Amino acid sequence: MIERDLVIVGGGPAGMAAAIAAHENGVEDILLLERDHCLGGILNQCIHTGFGIEYFKEVLTGPEYAHRFIEKIRSAPQIEVSLRSFVVRLEEDKRLFFIKPGVLENVKARALIMATGCREKTREMIHIAGTRPSGIFSAGLAQKLINIEGLLPGRKAVIAGSGDIGLIMARRFMLEGAEVKAVIEIQKETRGLLRNVVQCVEDFDIPVYFNHRISKIYGKERVEKISAVRVDGDFNDIPGAEIEFECDTVLISVGLIPENELIEMAGVRMDKKTNSPVSKELNRTSIPGLFVCGNSFKVYDIVDSVSRDSVIAGRLAAEYLRALR
Amino acid sequence: MIRKVTCIDCPKGCVLSVGVEGRKVVKITGNECPKGEEYAVSEIEDPTRILTSTVLAEGFSLRMVPVRTDRPIPKGDIKRAMKEIKRIRISEPVRIGDIIIEDFLRLGVDLIATRESR
Ligand SMILES: Cc1cc2nc3c(=O)[nH]c(=O)nc-3n(C[C@H](O)[C@H](O)[C@H](O)COP(=O)(O)OP(=O)(O)OC[C@H]3O[C@@H](n4cnc5c(N)ncnc54)[C@H](O)[C@@H]3O)c2cc1C
Ligand code: SF4
Repeated sequence: MIERDLVIVGGGPAGMAAAIAAHENGVEDILLLERDHCLGGILNQCIHTGFGIEYFKEVLTGPEYAHRFIEKIRSAPQIEVSLRSFVVRLEEDKRLFFIKPGVLENVKARALIMATGCREKTREMIHIAGTRPSGIFSAGLAQKLINIEGLLPGRKAVIAGSGDIGLIMARRFMLEGAEVKAVIEIQKETRGLLRNVVQCVEDFDIPVYFNHRISKIYGKERVEKISAVRVDGDFNDIPGAEIEFECDTVLISVGLIPENELIEMAGVRMDKKTNSPVSKELNRTSIPGLFVCGNSFKVYDIVDSVSRDSVIAGRLAAEYLRALR
Repeated sequence: MIRKVTCIDCPKGCVLSVGVEGRKVVKITGNECPKGEEYAVSEIEDPTRILTSTVLAEGFSLRMVPVRTDRPIPKGDIKRAMKEIKRIRISEPVRIGDIIIEDFLRLGVDLIATRESR
C-alpha cells in the first residue's frame, strides 16, 4: 500500500493555496488529486474581473488569479499533481480510492486536506411547480457552457435568484446577444455584491423583481414561459399578483452548498443543515489529521478569503505531520 | 444635484453621494478609499468598464480562450467590441497576458488573453 505524507483532494484555489503553504512549512511529500484535466477549479470558468483585490492588491479575472498559484505549484517538485483523478471513496483511516482513466488506485494519507469546493443548489431544492422541459440550468452550469465550451444555452432567459453567479450570468447572456427578461428574487434585496448589481444588471437595464418568486414553469419540450408571484414578508404568495415572462431558458442561482460526501463517508461529524463539518476551529474536523478548507469548509463570497484561510489548512497539516514524528 | 453611485472598484461596494453640476462632479462623500473618488468622476463624466469575454480558438488545449481589455473602455463601445470579439479566431498557443489585438477598436487599449492555451 502506498502511503504519502500529505494528500490534498481538489485543485481549486483552496487546494492549491493549502499545497503551497504545506510545502512552505516543510512538508516534502505532497500529492494533489484533481478530477478535472487542469488545476484552477471553478475559477477557470469565472472569466470576469473582481478577483485578487485583497490577496494581490490587483484586479484579476478568475483564470489569471488561478494562474498565480498554478505557477507556484509547477515550480515546487515536492508537490505531485495528479489530474483526471476522481476520488470516489474515503475511509476513516484516511485511505482514499480514486479513479484515473482506466484504473482504480488507492493511497493512504498520513495527513489529508479536503478542498472539494461546493455545488449549486438546484431547482429541486427551491420547489418550482410546473413541467420539466429542457432549458433549466444552474447559473454555474450555464457559465461553464458559455465560457469553457463556447455554447450559448438559450436566447431569452429569466434568472431565478440574485446571487452573484446569477447576476454575472445575466451580463454574460446580454453580452453574447441573448436577452435577459428579468431577475427574480424572493428576498427584499439582492443576495449578491452591490458591484455586481451595478455592472451586471443596471448597466444592461435588466429589471429585478424583489419579493417575487417563480411560481410555475411552462413548456413541453423546451421552456416556453414562466410565471412569478409577489410574496409577503413571510414568503407567502400574494394572490392575484402574478406576472408572466416568455422565455426559453431559466437560470437558477439560489446559493451553494459544500460538497462533502467523502468526509461524511469517512465518518467526520457533519452539520446536516449546512453540509459542512462540525468544527470549533477553522479547517479542523472531528478526525485528527483530516482538514477541510475553502468552499467545502464553508461557503465563501470571495476567493481572496478562500486563499487566505486555506493557507492555514496547509500549516495545520504541516504541524500535524511534525507531531507524528 | 446629488447622485448616488455604487463604487465597483472593490467588493466593499461603497455607496457614494456625488454632487453633480451639469456633467461635472463637484463633491464626493461616502468613499472608504481614494479610488472611490476616481470612480465617481469617471462614472458620472465618462463611464467605463473592463470588458471580459471569450474568443474561439482552434487546435490547442482550450476551445475558448478568455480575454479582457487591459484597461476599461467606454460603456458605449461595449456592443461594438463584442461584435468584433466574435469575429476573432486564435490559431496558435497563447500565454497569459499575450496581446490578441493591439489598440482594440482604436480605443487605446489592448485585448489580452487571460488564460494559457497550449
Ligand atoms: C460560479 C461561481 C462564480 C463565482 N464568482 C466569484 C467572483 O466573481 N469573485 C470571487 O471572489 N469569487 C467568486 N466565486 C467564489 C470563488 O470562486 C470560490 O470561493 C472559490 O473558487 C472556491 O475555491 P475552492 O478551491 O474551495 O473550490 P473550487 O474552485 O470549486 O475547487 C474545487 C476543486 O475540487 C475538485 N474536486 C471536487 N471533488 C473532487 C473529487 N471527488 N476528486 C477530485 N477532485 C475533486 C473540483 O474539480 C475543483 O477543481 C464564484 C464561485 C462560483 C461557484
Ligand atoms: S471607495 Fe474604495 S473601498 Fe469603497 S468600494 Fe470603492 S474602491 Fe472599495
